Amino acid sequence: MSVGLTRETWTSRVGVIMAVAGSAVGLGNFLRFPGLAAQYGSGAFMLAYFISLLILGIPICWAEWTLGRYAGQRGFHSSPGIFYVLIRHPLGKYIGVIGVIVPVMIYMYYVYIEAWCLGYAWYALTGRLQLGERVADYAEFWARFVGATQDGLTLGRGHNQALGFLALVFGLNFFIIYRGIARGIEAFCKWGMPALILLALVVLARVLTLGAPDPAHPERNVLAGLGYMWNPTREDGTSVLAQLANPQLWLAAAGQIFFSLSVGFGVIITYASYLREEDDVVLSGLTATSANEFCEVGLGGLITVPAAYLFLGAAGIVGQGTFGLGFKVLPLVFSHMPLAWLFGAAWFFLLFLAAVTSSLSMLQPGLAFLEEGLGLNRKQAVSLLGLLTGVGCLFVVYFSKDLKALDTLDFWVGTFLIFVLATVLILTFGWGLGVERGWREAHKGAVLRIPNFFKPIIKYVCPVYLLTIFAFWIRFNVFARNPETGRIEPAGYVKDLVGAQASPAAQLTVAFIVLCVLFFCVLTAAAGRRWDRAAREEQETREAQEVRS
Amino acid sequence: MTWAGWITMLLSVGFVTGLFVWCIVQVLVRKPGHLHGLEDIDTGDLDEEPDSESPRGQR
Repeated sequence: MSVGLTRETWTSRVGVIMAVAGSAVGLGNFLRFPGLAAQYGSGAFMLAYFISLLILGIPICWAEWTLGRYAGQRGFHSSPGIFYVLIRHPLGKYIGVIGVIVPVMIYMYYVYIEAWCLGYAWYALTGRLQLGERVADYAEFWARFVGATQDGLTLGRGHNQALGFLALVFGLNFFIIYRGIARGIEAFCKWGMPALILLALVVLARVLTLGAPDPAHPERNVLAGLGYMWNPTREDGTSVLAQLANPQLWLAAAGQIFFSLSVGFGVIITYASYLREEDDVVLSGLTATSANEFCEVGLGGLITVPAAYLFLGAAGIVGQGTFGLGFKVLPLVFSHMPLAWLFGAAWFFLLFLAAVTSSLSMLQPGLAFLEEGLGLNRKQAVSLLGLLTGVGCLFVVYFSKDLKALDTLDFWVGTFLIFVLATVLILTFGWGLGVERGWREAHKGAVLRIPNFFKPIIKYVCPVYLLTIFAFWIRFNVFARNPETGRIEPAGYVKDLVGAQASPAAQLTVAFIVLCVLFFCVLTAAAGRRWDRAAREEQETREAQEVRS
Repeated sequence: MTWAGWITMLLSVGFVTGLFVWCIVQVLVRKPGHLHGLEDIDTGDLDEEPDSESPRGQR
């Protein structure tokens, strides 16, 4: 079915692979993955990580590429439209709303983090990131920069440097996306991804040739840093088998694979819808996945934690989250290196590039929906999406105390809804479309064959594994055991919303999410009427042609 | 760094690097299912109707 739209498409296979890989490669590859691997002891963690890659990441990735291309051939490129085709039920298009909500709302806070990276690259280049010897000074600088001490801080006079960088990256994203799939996203990712890998290799070479940079601590050398990251036995002596018995390790490994590959974001399915029937999805999907894995394990795994260990030792790394490692510890680490300004700027510009290639992908599903569902042209769609994401972004910037709005959005949209969408996707492929039909669809134009043992994995193992991980995730993050009373109680993110400890900022954020969901549901209802009308007209035309012939 | 650490690192990094290089080689060597020439692209950036005599218009 066609809804009378001009059709966009990719210009080359390398282009689409770079765009999907760019979507997947982000801050999590260079900051989150190394922290998790070091925390859980790499031997056990990597085993769980690669098992999750094999039975969760790669199958869902192939399913998403195939379903996207399948729906794209039927004239739909937006997630509600794609699910309108895949789930032949009026409710299908509303399930597809998740595929618009997730990337659009993640963009609202992700672009702010992207602005921090660009800001830090600029500060490193101009020498303003040389703040002394204490992590606390870097933590204070970061808190002031992002407004983590007080709501509305970055909107006030004298504290709005972050806002300037935000305006710059926000404009850059919309400029690129306005140019379209081929001349915008694809063109940017085709040079952005190689540049990112090149910068990472330069920083990697620097880190691995540092030796023992602090004469007072000769034990903090490159080999010890790599050992801290990769030795399977943890420093407290816990064996690999004991670590593998910990469900939290499996949850962390699966979660990292899941979020790192951008499956369930609504991005891959949208990108794949621009492919043609003869375009390969099997090798392309595997290549985009492998590019992400190379950046994560091969580059991120060798840079971040070893570099931090060289200058700060184990004590400086333990307990640091993604932001702590990225914006408090690493600036201090780079300030100790020879040519600190150069390598610091290279590192943060690398993170910025990784973030841009991801944030661009978050806008396309929203644009595709506005163009396809409401019949807007690109200029109108870009303007409306810019307004919506701009409001959301200012919301995140204003409620900056303890990054509450950002954190709440990341939990409910960037984690919870992604699980839901990925589960829907794999069930649609394995049970809705049917694994045999899905198999045939996947192999149209394919230059590789998927091994047959992936059939039962996609149909049975992957959904069960995904639902088990989801149940564990709910168990540990939504409801947790109170160590004092031993009772199961709502965890932090739920406590933020109800009860005596509720946070008004978190409540407002969830209300904002609900408002956005309702807004897109109303638009989807209008789009559905438009699609139904187009389908009826096409049917009538076809019947009239048959009568004439 | 222990020998087990070396093995873990080399296997992990070697596997992902090998897979990435193999995939890139396959992409470059194998004949793709379909490649589009630049004249065959409509990026949707332009609101006006494509020229009916151009390849875009014939699609």
